[in-house]
Amino acid sequence: MTEQISSTEQKLIVEMRGIVKRFPGVLANDHVDFKLLHGEIHGLLGENGAGKSTLMNVLAGLYRQEAGTILVNGAPKIFSSPRDAINAGIGMVHQHFMLVPSQTVTENVLLGLDEPRFIMNLPEYDSKIAALGEEFGLKVDPRAKVWQLSVGEQQRVEILKMLYRGVDVLIMDEPTAVLAPQEIEGLFDTLRAMIAQGKSVIFISHKLQEVSAIADRVSVLRKGVATASGVASKGVSRQELARLMVGRDIIFALDKKHCQPGDVVLDVRDIYAENDKGLPALRGLSLNVRAGEIVGVAGVAGNGQSELSQVISGMRQCKQGQVLLGGDTVSNHSTLFGIQHGMAYVPEDRNHVGSAPNLSITDNIIMKKYRKSPILKNGLLDMKAATKLANELKQAYDIIVPNVSTRVRLLSGGNLQRVILAREISGLPSFMVAVQPTRGLDVGAIEGVHRLLLTQREAGAAVLLVSEELEELLSLCDRVYVIYEGKIMGEIMIKGEGQDEALVDTIGQMMTGTPLDQIQKEGVVANG
Amino acid sequence: MAESRSIKQRTPLRIRVEPRLSEPPAWFPAVVSFSAILVALILGGILISFAGGDPIRSYIHIAKASFGDIGVISDTIVKATPIILAALACSVAFRMKLWNIGAEGQFIMGAFGASAIVLAPVLPAETPPWIFIPVMMLAGMAAGALWGFIPGYLKAKFNVNEIISTLMLNYVAVAWVNFWIFGVWTEGGFQMSPKFPVAANLPRLTDFAKIFPIFRGLTTHLGLVIGIVAAIILWFIIFRSRWGYEIRLIGDNPQAARYAGINITKNVIWVMMLSGALAGLGGMSEVTGVVHRLQTAPLAAGYGFTGIIVAWLAKLNPLVIIVASVLFGALILAGREIQPSGVPKMIQGIILVCLIASDFLLRYRIVIERGEE
Amino acid sequence: MDFTVILQAGIASGTVLLFATIGELFSERAGVLNLGVEGMMLIGAMSAFSTTIATGNPWLGVLVAMLFAGLISQIHAFIVITLQADQVVSGLSLTFLGAGISLVLGEGLSKAGTVALLPDFSIPLLTLIPIIGKIFFTNQSVLVYVGYLLVPLSWYYINRTRPGLHLRAVGEYPSAADALGINVFRMRYFYVFVGGMLAGLAGATISLAVSPGWFSELTTGGQGWIAIGLVIFAQWDPFRAAVGAYAFGALRRLILDIQGPLVLLGFANPFYYNPYLGFFLQMLPYLFTVVVLVIGSREAMRKRIGAPAALGNPYVRGERGK
Repeated sequence: MTEQISSTEQKLIVEMRGIVKRFPGVLANDHVDFKLLHGEIHGLLGENGAGKSTLMNVLAGLYRQEAGTILVNGAPKIFSSPRDAINAGIGMVHQHFMLVPSQTVTENVLLGLDEPRFIMNLPEYDSKIAALGEEFGLKVDPRAKVWQLSVGEQQRVEILKMLYRGVDVLIMDEPTAVLAPQEIEGLFDTLRAMIAQGKSVIFISHKLQEVSAIADRVSVLRKGVATASGVASKGVSRQELARLMVGRDIIFALDKKHCQPGDVVLDVRDIYAENDKGLPALRGLSLNVRAGEIVGVAGVAGNGQSELSQVISGMRQCKQGQVLLGGDTVSNHSTLFGIQHGMAYVPEDRNHVGSAPNLSITDNIIMKKYRKSPILKNGLLDMKAATKLANELKQAYDIIVPNVSTRVRLLSGGNLQRVILAREISGLPSFMVAVQPTRGLDVGAIEGVHRLLLTQREAGAAVLLVSEELEELLSLCDRVYVIYEGKIMGEIMIKGEGQDEALVDTIGQMMTGTPLDQIQKEGVVANG
Repeated sequence: MAESRSIKQRTPLRIRVEPRLSEPPAWFPAVVSFSAILVALILGGILISFAGGDPIRSYIHIAKASFGDIGVISDTIVKATPIILAALACSVAFRMKLWNIGAEGQFIMGAFGASAIVLAPVLPAETPPWIFIPVMMLAGMAAGALWGFIPGYLKAKFNVNEIISTLMLNYVAVAWVNFWIFGVWTEGGFQMSPKFPVAANLPRLTDFAKIFPIFRGLTTHLGLVIGIVAAIILWFIIFRSRWGYEIRLIGDNPQAARYAGINITKNVIWVMMLSGALAGLGGMSEVTGVVHRLQTAPLAAGYGFTGIIVAWLAKLNPLVIIVASVLFGALILAGREIQPSGVPKMIQGIILVCLIASDFLLRYRIVIERGEE
Repeated sequence: MDFTVILQAGIASGTVLLFATIGELFSERAGVLNLGVEGMMLIGAMSAFSTTIATGNPWLGVLVAMLFAGLISQIHAFIVITLQADQVVSGLSLTFLGAGISLVLGEGLSKAGTVALLPDFSIPLLTLIPIIGKIFFTNQSVLVYVGYLLVPLSWYYINRTRPGLHLRAVGEYPSAADALGINVFRMRYFYVFVGGMLAGLAGATISLAVSPGWFSELTTGGQGWIAIGLVIFAQWDPFRAAVGAYAFGALRRLILDIQGPLVLLGFANPFYYNPYLGFFLQMLPYLFTVVVLVIGSREAMRKRIGAPAALGNPYVRGERGK
């Protein structure tokens, strides 16, 4: 454990001592110590599942720790609800925003406060909130309904909510995950403005470069244990932080074999579609994927990625345009049509779309195979054959469960994703669309998923990978399309290593709405 | 400090509730359900004594009046028969999370459809039973299926809440049958049709008393066989057929079902029709096996609602429904003589409440431990 | 037939539906679907009537009805909020339970004679308004006037007050409300209780004002279910709920009154001479409910608005991976 090497005279504002938090089957925090100084930005690093959010949820009063104490300004505190934490000056902006979509910005900010007592005079509060936003560079219309706001604006509402409550300590849980690179700068400005006003910030992230860019000091969690506590971010190398996070050196390069792409398998031609609210989500989007290549779709969340994958898989209608799979039109058909034409689909939402939680692993495995032999025999389901198949896949894909009659809701995220991938890949698809296949998985599971995708590529399948993790796209894909507001901003070939600063910058600009040809015209030429 | 002292001195029992991370043993759900019924009977007893009755005598009476001798056992089974079919109807719809609480109306329409064969008349009174009975079964199922189709179609096309629509159609069904038996097929101005010809009645055990004297007076009829066969077929449909797999998948997660290429709209309509057909078959069995004429009062006796409870008690398993129906048949049979007369209905309600509450134990584990942290 | 008389009686009859609908609306706005309205109304009707018989005081009857029905609603609240069970099945069981309990405790009540009823009165000046005055403000039960007040007050409470803001948040996004210190569980218990009390009031309105007496399950005759349908038609808005409730009340009265006269619109009244045709009239409110549901559901689909987002889902705090 690296010792604290802070030499400043800044005073301690929050101290967490020996925090233990258990979830059924998981020790999420194992005697974790954490110290926050007044007026600092403190980075809290760790992989997915390392226990960062848990630790901060304890500090924010959402979870109750099993052991350990929290001191705020030296006084021990017991938080039995987020309200207690806010009263002690600690507020948290969660990764999934806690905003009521049907209410206005002002209503969301006022939610849960004692003031106004009974009758709300909204216009009065609208102007108060607008003024507060002005002060910290958080521009947002107080009268707008939350569902009308972009993700970046919603984040600002979340921060406003906490500032309005006068918190001194703001916890931000993975705040950049939903932002484009250029929006991230704006967020950093706001955070710095807060520090200038004497507030403190805890910045949770699993991205090294961001933490080194913004944080004054860094703490690192690994598997629920603190491996570093308050080291000055200037005094530690990224390599060293990475080792503290993962416990070994990260192998950045994947073993990506050379593949010669074949014919076009998926051809998306000029499609238009609406989202669930009836607003345009895809506006004239075209792309294609050839056999034997992985093609990425990069973009900030909510720019039409979900709708794109749904139109391709047949789960959403498109207004115009068409999707061709191996020459057949699959758009505006049933999902069954796509399945019968060799399409595999790994949906974004494992729990609510990709699986039936109360059915067994076997039942989930046969989801796309029950219509034909060997599962269907004489018009009835052959459950022996189904169980046999499930057991084979359990072996082949390392699904760790006592038996295949276990209901899938009892599986961990990684295991569930393996069940879904096993089902999809075992159908020997000619085309696969995978949306955020590694979200929320730990490093080991991520590597496994990546390897499976590469195997698909080598087997000659066409793979469309939709992801918000730029690193993932750059290391896996042969080509990357960048999507912005339902349109493709451009297409970039990925050559070799692809960890190029200029390339990332170009993609970043495209992600915020600058088309590639315009960037090239202006002279910032990417290697594409 | 006072706080720390008290922690050291006492080591209180702490009760923690946590979600189950593994499957409970196979016997566990049965024990939980059984305990829930037991608790329900105790609670019901308390309420009976509140209302001025004697719970223990009531329960002893129920047991004697329903299982005391072979005659009453037969009567219990007669009461259980319509419940089996109504519960099967509910179970198949519930499995798809279609809340068909219109089994009552579909049951009555089934009885109407079957009766129409005699009363219209579609078949003459001299028709032999082996033609009469199958035709009446088909007619009952068709009428019930139609009554299930309407809410199914509205649900599929307009997303109309099926709970309300099926329930509303119950009232419509009763009014519809009342119109026919009062206005068209009335017997002497009473709200009932004339008696059916003997050939249109389901055979009863007592009909075979000449061959087996032991059957004398036993009213158990062919409907029981129909119910059991329907339960077995339904079991195969649900757990071994392609369609049943689709029903289970839609019921658990409609999104996943769509993802798997299943047409939900079509299934909503078909399942509602199957559900209605099963309830309709129940109505046919009751009207031809027991009532022997079309009359609303004995048909609209709440079998469709009891079916909901039985389906839930049986955890929607068609084979368990047979056993659970016998229990409820007993309750209803014996309940007729109990004062106050609302007792059986109240106990059914309490049983359902306790069953639902007990499901918590299947999803969560309650851990009692000693110690402060 | 005088249509203003029918409408006047229709308003009274619609007040029953109004209370039940607004009650269910509050419960659903908090995210709890309670299908037990019919059962709670029966409890209310029975306890209002029997309390009034015992004490001679109908006001006490109303109070007991509201408290008893509210108490019964808490069974549902416990099962779905604390035990996180399915709201549909639990609501159904509440209907059975409420019907059963009211039958047991109401044993013999139907033979009881007349009781002191709630007072009817007219509102001075307002009665002078042509037609409207006759329909809405002449010789109506005190509860009808309570209904008039309830509608705008409910709307204002939900949309313009702090507790209303919290109520909406709890039904739309409970974890957001929880994160800001709103006690989701307590709020849901409370609004289920409010729903129960209003259902009890609806029951009391029947047995003490609209059609006095206790006729076992026929007392409510499915109005609890119609109320649940009306909430959907109303799109969770009190004013639309009022429109629906009064329209249904008028329809119910029309059906009763249309069978009386010998001559209807200049023709021999078919319903008088062929009483069995009356069964078709009896179907109408139920068929209309289905029609109203179709209208409400289509509108919701078109506008892409709908039920409170968390309606029907139990709230579990801090569950991982969700």
